[in-house]
Parts: sequence; structure tokens; C-alpha cells
Amino acid sequence: MATLRSETLPVRSERDIVYVRQTVRRWAEELRFGLVDQTKIVTAASEIARNTVVYGGGGELRLEAINDDVRKGLRLTFEDKGPGIADVDLALRDGFTTGAGLGLGLGGAKRLCNEFNVDSRPGNGTRVMLLRWK
Amino acid sequence: MERIPILRMGPFLLVTIQVDMHDRLALTLQDDLTAKIASTGAKGVLIDISSLEVVDSFIGRMLANISAMASVLDAKTVVVGMQPAVAITLVELGLSLPGVRTALNVERGMDQLHRALGGTEKRGVNEPARQDAERGDIAQ
Ligand SMILES: Nc1ncnc2c1ncn2[C@@H]1O[C@H](COP(=O)(O)OP(=O)(O)O)[C@@H](O)[C@H]1O
Ligand SMILES: [Mg+2]
Repeated sequence: MATLRSETLPVRSERDIVYVRQTVRRWAEELRFGLVDQTKIVTAASEIARNTVVYGGGGELRLEAINDDVRKGLRLTFEDKGPGIADVDLALRDGFTTGAGLGLGLGGAKRLCNEFNVDSRPGNGTRVMLLRWK
Repeated sequence: MERIPILRMGPFLLVTIQVDMHDRLALTLQDDLTAKIASTGAKGVLIDISSLEVVDSFIGRMLANISAMASVLDAKTVVVGMQPAVAITLVELGLSLPGVRTALNVERGMDQLHRALGGTEKRGVNEPARQDAERGDIAQ
């Protein structure tokens, strides 16, 4: 897999969440994703960006346009230095929330992507990777 | 403070969401609408989301909350114009929007509200729309 292009954005405020949606949309358009695929990755990004702000205390998003032998994709990596997630499997369950949300962010984002990974330990922050192939 | 305008049309309130709302703006709209239903005694709320390209769980929850609170205040809510790509994505996200009525467009949404009112107050639809809220700065 090769990275064709990358960009890093701050994810620290509600305004940043809006900007994440707009930037992910632009990248997905440039990679010529169809409208439904664009909407899926933007929605997933919005969920994880909000988690980064609300639970992670802010962090960063790295966008990467990647390709393997046959296809292109958009990889999004959100990283924060917040409290981390004690039980990732539990957090991924629909309806689980420690806040006031619907508990659909992590599980929903996973369903909206082709590849999804959460790397988190209490005290060590959280890294969430989302990948959608074209 | 930044706000989404709420129009009054006879017995109904009409909101057209035209910006990519940040979370606080969505919460403000929820509060403003609830207050407006209470102060005007509106019987229906129509929310046009045809310009929205993304509905995530936060905005989805806002729509569900508005419907629930309107219903407590004896008003019906119809969400109109959801883009097909948004609808498909919502299903995969796992958001079913319980209790939220939807319609294809503003006209059909209005029909639903009129029918819910028993067709007795049709008059309202021909009254000119009146901008009831102060228009805030809704630019990004
Ligand atoms: N970046 C993060 N840092 C710490 N905890 C997190 C993070 N992201 C998610 N979580 C935890 O996972 C739970 C589930 O997240 P999510 O599925 O997005 O639902 P919600 O945001 O509605 O709570 C959160 O309530 C929170 O406890
Ligand atoms: Mg969340």
C-alpha cells in the first residue's frame, strides 16, 4: 500500500468537526467516490471527530489518499491523548455510551467503512483508523 | 448569537436547515423550536433538511428530540427532503429515528400536517410566510 497524499488537521472544537466533514467530503470527491460512499465516510468521520473532541479532549486527524495494486482508498486516522477506552469491545456496542450520546458513533462508523480499527488503552489516548476503498 | 431562523406559517412552524450545523447550533435550534411551539401554540413543525448532506447521530438525535418535545406540546413534526444518500447512510449507522415522521418534500409534509389537524385549518397555508424569528448570522 502506498500513500499518495496526506494532510493533518486539528480536531479540538465543534468548528473543527464541521471542518473535518468538509475536508473529508472534498477528499472523497477528489478520489471520485460515489455520492453514497462520500456520505458514508463523511458521516463516519463526523462521529469519530466528535468522540475525539468530547471524550478524547481534542486531537488530530490525518487524511491519506492511498492505493494498493488495484484500487484507491481514503484512510482517516484520528488520534488523541485523552483518557483512552477501558473496554473497546463494549464501547463498540450499539447503545453503549458513557456520555449523553446515542452510543452509535463507534459501531456505526465501523459499519460505514471497509476497514476499521480502534487502538486504545486507559491513560494512553485513543487512535481510530477508518478506511474506505473506492 | 448564531441561529437558524424559524418561520411561522399559520398554525405551523417551518425550519429550513441550510448550513452544516455545528453541535451547539443544533442544540440552540432544538431549544428555540421548543420555546416557539410553546409560545405560539403551533400545531405542527416542518423541518426541511433537503440541503443537509450529512446527518450523523448527533443531528439524528436532535431531530428525534424535537419530535418528542413537540409531541409533548401537542404538535406534530415532519422532517422533509432527506437526500437518498443520507437515508441510506442513516440505516447503516443504525439510526432509525423512532417517532420521526418523514415526507419527500415540503408540499407532502404540509399535507401530512394538515391531515393530522383534521383539515380544519387549511387556511393557514395560504397566508404569506412571516419571518417570526430574528434572522441571525447563519453564515459559516
Ligand atoms: N476518543 C475517545 N476517548 C475516550 N473514550 C472514547 C473515545 N471515543 C469513544 N469513547 C468511549 O466510547 C463510548 C461510545 O462511543 P460512541 O459509540 O461514539 O457513542 P457516544 O458518543 O454516543 O457515547 C463513549 O461513550 C466513550 O465512553
Ligand atoms: Mg460518539
